[in-house]
Amino acid sequence: MRAGFDPAIVWAVWMRNFTVYRRTWVMNILPNFFEPLLYLVGLGLGLGAYLEGPLHGPAYVAFIGPGLMAAAAMNGASFETTYNMFVRMTFSRLYEAYLGTPALVQDVVLGELLWATTRALAYGCAFLLVLLGFDLAGYRVVTSWWALALPPVLALIGACFALIGQCFTSLIRVIDLYAYYYTLFLTPLFLFSGIFFHVSRFPFGEQIAWCTPLYHSVRLCRGLSQGAVGLEQLVSALWLLGVSAVLFAIVPRRLRERLVR
Amino acid sequence: MAECPGGSSARAAARPARRTAPRTADDAPPVVLRARGLRKRYGDLEAVAGIDFSVRRGECFGMLGPNGAGKSTTMRMIYRASPIDEGSLEILGLEAAGGHNDRAIKRRIGVVPQEDSLDQELTVRENLEVFARFYGLRGETGRARAEALLAFVKLRDKAEVRVGALSGGMRRRLMVARGLLSEPELLVLDEPTTGLDPQARQGLWERLRALRRGGTTLLLTTHYMDEAEQLCDRLVIMDRGRIVAEGAPRALIAAHLPPHVIELHMDTAGALPEAVAALGDAIERSELLSDRILLYLHDPDAVLSQLAHALPEAEVLVRRSTLEDVFLKLTGRRLEEG
Repeated sequence: MRAGFDPAIVWAVWMRNFTVYRRTWVMNILPNFFEPLLYLVGLGLGLGAYLEGPLHGPAYVAFIGPGLMAAAAMNGASFETTYNMFVRMTFSRLYEAYLGTPALVQDVVLGELLWATTRALAYGCAFLLVLLGFDLAGYRVVTSWWALALPPVLALIGACFALIGQCFTSLIRVIDLYAYYYTLFLTPLFLFSGIFFHVSRFPFGEQIAWCTPLYHSVRLCRGLSQGAVGLEQLVSALWLLGVSAVLFAIVPRRLRERLVR
Repeated sequence: MAECPGGSSARAAARPARRTAPRTADDAPPVVLRARGLRKRYGDLEAVAGIDFSVRRGECFGMLGPNGAGKSTTMRMIYRASPIDEGSLEILGLEAAGGHNDRAIKRRIGVVPQEDSLDQELTVRENLEVFARFYGLRGETGRARAEALLAFVKLRDKAEVRVGALSGGMRRRLMVARGLLSEPELLVLDEPTTGLDPQARQGLWERLRALRRGGTTLLLTTHYMDEAEQLCDRLVIMDRGRIVAEGAPRALIAAHLPPHVIELHMDTAGALPEAVAALGDAIERSELLSDRILLYLHDPDAVLSQLAHALPEAEVLVRRSTLEDVFLKLTGRRLEEG
């Protein structure tokens, strides 16, 4: 509505978070590599061995790998714009301090969005490196040059989940409500978005999942990793873009109502 | 130069030449902030109920009032953290109502909010360098400004310490330094010394005086009367969203009360009113409190001898009328005596 964005201030918000993160980045980045390793070994190699048919053994690692990468991007972005953002907005009064400078609410929203997207990209790319490691070991997880498009797609997934988190954050007053966000939103997405099995095995599974963001993220990552790129992937990319655009129009207004009273 | 951060004294000197604002006949400095019929409502509560005041360049202007008087709401409207419901608010020549000039206004003022909003995860120096970027000060420029301000608020030897390890006074000084990053023409401070010990308050006052000497206009709220008397050239007293008095501290006292006060303390307060009544017209105003009685008057000497005779066992204290007396007269004693 007023005055648009100030790029220098958006960058300043991003830099503040980076300044804090930089101090502990080695400590922060390591779990990002262990997590995929544990999933791929535990579920892929462990559980996959019991599966029969087309998903048997190494094929199951290839099946779940790209979807787990999408989930990693989701988690990276979500944590930043839920708990972390809530703390910055309330307990530490950081946004109050930002708004005492020439910053306007939309600058803060965009700066936080870009930072959360950066974290998602870091998580996702760490996962991608592990997947490429599995490729070297003979698994066929990432098999297509389309995979070069994965980083921007991971950023898009991150941005979409960052905005969903920001939207939820703008609505709640009590930090405990994030327990619902995680157990009733993110966990079901993780289980029922086609990462571990085709959602079509449940009645209306495909239709319901289509309405949720992680389904499209998984479809995109799997398609790009293994070269199955078609109309479905285009639709999924547009789905994520469209939802992000709508939320990006809503969130600054919601937060302005809350912070500028 | 050591006194003033980042060359603000040089800029202050250059300012009169730069400005072409019309001056009043008595050549008073131009108005940097003017509120007319300013109003703000939260639901049923009229937090600010139509106030008018103006602040001139270079002065230290105070807003006094009990909690809930509307001081902080007024401050939030000034530093653009609250939309204006009604009236006009002109800040450095820019109209704040409507919100279209928010960014332009915020670029030229400095803000020290009431609540501690320092970044706990950063060091003292990082707090300044990170916030310098919000004013477009990057790299060497930002570092140099941070360094100058650290020197100004005397926190150089704490530069690499995390904010959490600072004392209350140091944190406040760092808040002031952060508010000065933009070399503001107007610095807005909301209860800058609330909760500080006496040493820390003195330290902060001293820095604020240095700023004023450098030409920065200061606007502050407080509920400490001594702070207002010490620092402010002019002030308004607010109560229930309205301005109830305005003027220089000395002039305010002269306008509202006789110059002297006799305080009478006695265990048996019951005997006091009769004795006071006997003093007649010499007493211009009296206030009966639970444990003492205050007599406002012009000539204490004549009354003192009468009192010594009438109430030999009373404890008598003679003092000058203070801003606090004015404040309590105007805003009532409801909190203290309620």
